[in-house]
Amino acid sequence: MSQVKVKPRTIRIEVLRYRPEQEQAPVLQAFEVPFTDDMSVLQGLQYIKDELDGTLSYRWSCRMAICGSCGMMINGVPKLACSIFLRDLYPGTLRIEALAHFPIERDLVVVMDDFMTKLSLIKPYIIPKEVRTLSQGEYLQTPQQLARYEQLSSCINCLLCYAACPQFGLNSDFIGPAAMALVQRYKLDSRDAGSAQRMPLVYAEEGVFNCTAVGYCSEVCPKDVDPANAVNINKTESAKDYFLRFLQPKGAQA
Amino acid sequence: MSLRRPYRRSMAGWWRKNPYFVEYMIHEGTALCVAAYALILLAGLLALARGEAAWDQWLTLLRSTPSLLLHGLLLLGFLYHSWTWFHIMPRTLPPIRLGGERLSAATISNAGLIAALLASVLVWGLAMRLAS
Repeated sequence: MSQVKVKPRTIRIEVLRYRPEQEQAPVLQAFEVPFTDDMSVLQGLQYIKDELDGTLSYRWSCRMAICGSCGMMINGVPKLACSIFLRDLYPGTLRIEALAHFPIERDLVVVMDDFMTKLSLIKPYIIPKEVRTLSQGEYLQTPQQLARYEQLSSCINCLLCYAACPQFGLNSDFIGPAAMALVQRYKLDSRDAGSAQRMPLVYAEEGVFNCTAVGYCSEVCPKDVDPANAVNINKTESAKDYFLRFLQPKGAQA
Repeated sequence: MSLRRPYRRSMAGWWRKNPYFVEYMIHEGTALCVAAYALILLAGLLALARGEAAWDQWLTLLRSTPSLLLHGLLLLGFLYHSWTWFHIMPRTLPPIRLGGERLSAATISNAGLIAALLASVLVWGLAMRLAS
């Protein structure tokens, strides 16, 4: 079979650069990047780093939309750089910026400490009803029980939903879409009994009621987790929890 | 000493930066149409409480051209508000399962729109009966 020679096309990529030792505020830098049909935006950045400017900083790892490292604003929309092809953005100028709503550490790298704190606060692991020993065997679960939370467990912590959430941008105390989706994920898991520990975070002022149902978080989620749904279900749950306590005899709530 | 100097970007004009947010502001804004119409009805109720003369005056006011134009605009706002309301509804409801299958977002939205349409026809019919 003869090889088909494809002449690479060239796309103009503007990258928001921020080198704290050099710039007071981020500035756009343009690069002319030759590309072939099989190249992702991430590969475009790798070309820049390898061939044009080695000082460019960005996070990446798996190249296949699994690790969630390469989230960035691509033409103003939060996306995984590995999951979008340069050919689909050609012709025209492509603008790449660090994920919105997070402080920029350097170039396309954001400070994600805030999310990490929230993630640990919601205890993103199974808190079992009863601790079982190995001899007691595994925690069994039916396919139906798995189906209840499976979609929510697909979250890869890529933070695209936070970059899509104006409420988080306006008030970073808001616990946010991904953390709330994970709370819901464990709440629906038949093996978990940790909801009582997690729910105070959900019902707090920085919890679900900061959400105004913009819904863009679910639009941009690369894993179809639908965090907006998780947040909004818990608004109803929170209201129920608040009002039902008046109907219960004293001491009925744990 | 740390050389870190994380840069925080401004949120000024955030809703103009993405067409999705512009649409969000518009559909949230149409809630003002709902509020405005509630005020019109409330004014009617107050006029009714004040007696026949005030009530007739309110009715005359309703029939004026500016009022008809306003009603047309409010109706458009209402229609758009209802449309977007039911469009976002699947995101706010807990998953509904029928025979093991999760009800699709489109089914929920369409059911809501049909219910709104039926309710509107019912109220319209009722109003026509009372008027005749």
